[in-house]
Amino acid sequence: MSMTEDTARPKRPSGFWSYANPVKFLGLSERVLPTLWVLAAISLVAGLIWGFFFTPDDFRQGSTVKIIYLHVPSAMMAINAWAMMLVASLIWLIRRHHVSALAAKAAAPVGVVMTLIALCTGAIWGQPMWGTWWAWDPRLTSFLILFLFYLGYIALWEAIEEPDTAADLTSVLCLVGSVFAVLSRYAVNFWNQGLHQGASLSLDKEENVADVFYFPLLVCIAGFVLLFLALVLYRTGTEIRLRRARALQAREARL
Amino acid sequence: MKALLRRDLMLAVRAGGGFGLGLAFFLIVTVLVPFGVGPQSELLSRIAPGILWLGALLACLLSLDRLLALDWEDGTLDLLATSPLPLEAVLSIKALAHWITTGLPLVLAAPVLAVLLNLPPAGYLWLIVSLALGTPALSVIGTFGAALTVGVKRGGLLMSLLVLPLYVPTLIFGAEVARRGTEGMQVMTPLLMLAGITAGVIALMPFASAAALRVNLR
Repeated sequence: MSMTEDTARPKRPSGFWSYANPVKFLGLSERVLPTLWVLAAISLVAGLIWGFFFTPDDFRQGSTVKIIYLHVPSAMMAINAWAMMLVASLIWLIRRHHVSALAAKAAAPVGVVMTLIALCTGAIWGQPMWGTWWAWDPRLTSFLILFLFYLGYIALWEAIEEPDTAADLTSVLCLVGSVFAVLSRYAVNFWNQGLHQGASLSLDKEENVADVFYFPLLVCIAGFVLLFLALVLYRTGTEIRLRRARALQAREARL
Repeated sequence: MKALLRRDLMLAVRAGGGFGLGLAFFLIVTVLVPFGVGPQSELLSRIAPGILWLGALLACLLSLDRLLALDWEDGTLDLLATSPLPLEAVLSIKALAHWITTGLPLVLAAPVLAVLLNLPPAGYLWLIVSLALGTPALSVIGTFGAALTVGVKRGGLLMSLLVLPLYVPTLIFGAEVARRGTEGMQVMTPLLMLAGITAGVIALMPFASAAALRVNLR
C-alpha cells in the first residue's frame, strides 16, 4: 500500500536538479559563498604577489611579462563566462528553471568586465612589446567581437520588461551568438594573421610558458575561476531576491 | 506564400514603404567617401571593394527596423502567426521580400557606384558575385535581429547593436572576395566560405527568428 502512495505523489527532483528550486539554491549558495570568497581572495592575493614579486623578469620582455597574471586568466574567464551562459540558456530553454536564466543574466556583466580587463591589459602589454596599443590581430579582433556580443546580450535583457520574455529572447540570442562568435573567430583568423602568440598553456604541447611563470599563473587562474563563481552565485542570489521583492510588491498592489 | 510575398513587395514599393531608402543611403555613402579620404584614384581603387561592401551592409541595416515593425504595430503579424503557414516560412518570405527590395537593388547599383570609386576592371565581376551571394545572408540575419527586438519600443539602436557582430563573418568573407578579385588573386576559398554562410543561414536562421518572434507574440 505504501508503495502505491509513494508513486502517486509527484516525484521530487533530487541531486543536481533539486538546486533549480530557488530556496534550495539560495541555501546552498549562502553556505558555500563565504568559503568561496575566502578561497578566491587567498589564491588571487597569493598568485599575484607570487607572480609580481617572486618571479624573475623575462629575458626579452623584462618586467612587462608580469601582465600575464591578469591578462591570461581574465581572457580565459571571458570565454568561459560566455560558455557558462550558453549552458544556462540551454537549461532554461529546455527545462524552464528560472534560476538558470537568472544565473545567465548574472554572469553577463561579470563576463563583460573580464573581457574588458583582457582587452585593457592586452593593450598595456602590447604597447611596449609590439609598439602599438591596438592591432587588428585575430585574437584581439575576436575579443572585440565577443565584447560586442556581451553588450548586445546585456542590452537585450535591460530592454525587455517582462522577465520570462527577456529570458527566452536572450537565450535564443545567446545560442545564435555562440555560433556566430565561433564563426567570427575563424573568419578573422582567415582575414589577418596577427601579432599575438599562439596558445601558451596547451596541455599537449612541448613548449609552454616556462615553469617559473607557469605555477603562479595557475594559481591566478584558479583565483579568477573562484572569483567568477563567487560573483555569479552572489549576483544570482540578488536577482532571485529582486524577483521575489517584485512579486511581493505586485501582490501588495493587488490587495 | 506567393500572396504574402506579393503583398510585402507592393507595400515596400508604394509610398511610405521605404523602398529606395537603402539605395539612397548606399549612394550617399559611396559619393561621400572620396570627399572624406581625398580624390587620389589609387587609394580609392584600393579601398573601393571594402567601401562598397560596407555601404551595402549599412544600407541593409538601415532598412531592417521596418521589416517587422509595421506589421507588428497593425497586428498583421498576429494574423500571420495564426495562419496555416508556419512562422518559419512567413519569416523566410519576409527576408526574401527584404532582399528583393533592398539587397537586389544594391547589387545592381554597386557596379555603377564602383565607377565613382575607380574600381579596377577585374573587380566588377567578383564585386557583383560577392554581393549577390552575401546580401541574402544579411537580410536573413537581419530578420532574426528584427524578430528579437520587435517588441521593444524604439528598438532600432538595440537591433543594430545585436545584428552588427552577427554580420562580421559575412562582411569579412564578402569583402575578401571582392578585394582578392580586384587584385587578381585566387577567390575560391573566401567565395566558398561566403556561399557556405549564406546557405547555412538561409537554412537554419528562420528557426531562430521564428522562435524569437513566437516569444514576442506570446
